Amino acid sequence: MKQISVPRVKDFVRMNAIFLVLLILVASIAIIDPRFLSIRPLRDILLQSATRAIIALGIFFIILTGGVDLSAGRMVGLAAVISASMLQSETYLRRFYPDLPQLPLWLPILIAITICFIAGIANGVIVARFGVPPFIATLGMQVAIYGINSIYFDLPPNNSQPIGGLSRAFTNLGTGTIGEGVYSLPYIVIIAAVVAVFAWIIANKTEFGKNVYAIGGNVEAARVSGVNIQKNLIIIYAMAGALYGLAGVLEAARTGGATNNYGTMYELDAIAACVVGGVSATGGIGKISGVLAGVLIFSVINYGLTFINVNPYWQLILKGLIIVSAVAFDIRKYRRRN
Amino acid sequence: MAQSEFVLEMLNISKEFPGVKALDQVSLRVRPGTVHALLGENGAGKSTLMKCLFGLYKEDAGEIYLDGQKFAIQSAREAMDKGISMIHQELHVNTHRNVMENIWLGRFPKRRLGPVKLVDERTMYQRTKELFDSLNMDIDPWTKVGDMSVSERQLMEIARAVSYHSKVIIMDEPTSSLTENEVAQLFHIIRDLKQRNVAIIYISHKIEEILRISDEVSILRDGKNVGTWKAEELTEDAIISHMVGRDLVDRFPPRENKPSDEVVLRVEGLTSPIPTSFREVSFELRQGEILGIGGLVGAQRTELIEALFGLRRVAKGKVYLKGQEVKIDSPITAKKLGMALLTEERRSTGIFPVLDVLENIAIANIHDYVKPNRLLDDKARKEDAADSVERLQVRTPGLKTLIQDLSGGNQQKVLLGRWLLTEPDIFLLDEPTRGIDVGAKYEFYTIMMELAKQGKSIIFISSEMPELIGMSDRIMVMCEGRLAGFVSREEATQERIMRLATQFMSA
Repeated sequence: MKQISVPRVKDFVRMNAIFLVLLILVASIAIIDPRFLSIRPLRDILLQSATRAIIALGIFFIILTGGVDLSAGRMVGLAAVISASMLQSETYLRRFYPDLPQLPLWLPILIAITICFIAGIANGVIVARFGVPPFIATLGMQVAIYGINSIYFDLPPNNSQPIGGLSRAFTNLGTGTIGEGVYSLPYIVIIAAVVAVFAWIIANKTEFGKNVYAIGGNVEAARVSGVNIQKNLIIIYAMAGALYGLAGVLEAARTGGATNNYGTMYELDAIAACVVGGVSATGGIGKISGVLAGVLIFSVINYGLTFINVNPYWQLILKGLIIVSAVAFDIRKYRRRN
Repeated sequence: MAQSEFVLEMLNISKEFPGVKALDQVSLRVRPGTVHALLGENGAGKSTLMKCLFGLYKEDAGEIYLDGQKFAIQSAREAMDKGISMIHQELHVNTHRNVMENIWLGRFPKRRLGPVKLVDERTMYQRTKELFDSLNMDIDPWTKVGDMSVSERQLMEIARAVSYHSKVIIMDEPTSSLTENEVAQLFHIIRDLKQRNVAIIYISHKIEEILRISDEVSILRDGKNVGTWKAEELTEDAIISHMVGRDLVDRFPPRENKPSDEVVLRVEGLTSPIPTSFREVSFELRQGEILGIGGLVGAQRTELIEALFGLRRVAKGKVYLKGQEVKIDSPITAKKLGMALLTEERRSTGIFPVLDVLENIAIANIHDYVKPNRLLDDKARKEDAADSVERLQVRTPGLKTLIQDLSGGNQQKVLLGRWLLTEPDIFLLDEPTRGIDVGAKYEFYTIMMELAKQGKSIIFISSEMPELIGMSDRIMVMCEGRLAGFVSREEATQERIMRLATQFMSA
């Protein structure tokens, strides 16, 4: 009986490695400082994870197709600046649009998300129609978006000043909670959770989701099966763009301001979260739960190691090791058996 | 140990994978200077046995002796150093580099320049040239491998094996992509290798070819030895029955389909924009008919049916479905019009290797499962997939098994199942039985016949004459992109088809 159960345990470990790593990490921190296992740190970690999770979920679909998106971070920055510029409090002195009336909260948010959505469509068209490799296409987009954002940010009278003085309603979105005190739940955690649920449904329960896995699994076979590759790719990049836009809006709301450097290199964190969460960089393999665990691992490292006073530079080394070893491990998991 | 009459002895080799006993006490003894054919259906354990020999797998039990010496190795490189080479089914070469770099990779001749060692290209060229000359091969060592034909690459691989002074060369399906002439050249070289006392383990599905070239034949079935025979003692039928484990009365199912007079597909003057591809092809396909397409490699048959399916462009010509003219510009349109295509390259354009059987089956008709609320009806999907698996007798542990873990024949059934769910009227099958074993072939033929009986129409490309003649109601023969003629089932003979297939070829 023992001989049978050993491979089973191995299999279990293999398939759930990411969650075990997360568990070990949390346990080790808790052993050093038991206070880590209380509501407040947990809540802070969720709060820190929320926007990252939204970005990672957008990039997840792209990586599933075997692609990548380097423009995510810059889109986050663009959405942050646009939404913040239109949602400053009327009494604030250095407003981006001095004569702008108080807009309803949803309008600037919608504008910011729509602009990122359009940039995502552009990514998709460049990749799907013109056949530019995603790495290159989105690298170009990354650079161009930063340029656009900086020009906008430099418009008089703002002249590249950090945008602050955001309206109460807007900052409340980023910092407000349901409930009070330690047992409260931040809005943005709820928003991220809703996005995750939708992403899970899309990935697992819709025709579109199945097409994404098929395109990533074997694009030629998908073409022969009558999957519309171009259309699906464009939708994937557009959807991701919209999610970066949402994340950018929430970043501005959470921090109470925005500059053109918001979101810099966020895409790398998102990509790292995906690959650590078991999303294959060559496409076709990956789960939402893995992505979320990947995001959480990095938040736990950030927050938890600071919590027990580990030098931040050591955190970087640990992060790097986890990224590389996760992929090395994953490649073994899916290596062909015969 | 005394000098043995065998150069290689593999004794009682066992190898187990999770859930499968791939090899069960298998033995193989090979004499020097002979061709020893290794036969068996897919999954019989041939490849596993060879991988154990070549150091790619480690056997669980058993012993290997080379020249009477115990042979224990860790890697393919070590196997090659000790005198065992393998010519792979899919050649592993670096197509961006030249011939000699591929041959001497890992053991480049070097020369010293002060403290540094440089690759000595002149010596490398010299040695390569001598090697080719000794084998009567006419290949320039500087040629980039990517610019060479498949057969030239194979010759290069053989030369590499010789350069390692191999005592045993494993050839895995060496002729699968060669033309007749190239096969003849390969056989010539094999005979030459025999003269040099090299032993060759020859793996192939082409039984006729095996009887032509080999001295001894070993057959495996279900991971066990069936036996070893002298080649001259065997016949084609005997080999097949040993492989399948039962007497094979018929290689093809009885023809029970009755093609009607109704024309479901009419093609008029179809011409590719590429001048060397198909041109002016016209034919009709009737309901319930199996129309075979014969021809040699390069006859543009694949190009023709892929164009019909909207995967390739058409410059000129008309296509009528049930009398209605249609424009098929993408597989999406073809699918909507009730067509299905099994491509020639199962691995690169058929399966989704990392997805499971369920996802591989229920993808072409995925739209049918979308419920009004935009979600997929998972239950219906699973039921349909399970039905297909059952109906087509796909041998798989379950719907959750990754398709890459199934044998070729079962993968092909899954792909057919994928298209059956779209309920097409016309099936385009491009070399559907290539690389699948005899037993699975028969099952596949039965399914084809069943479909034709139900009134489906089938276009069937095959390079294997017996199955083309055995399965088709009519055979359309192509030669260099042109239609060479039709042969009815009654008058079909290999000679007749061959004559048509070479009709337009200049001598």
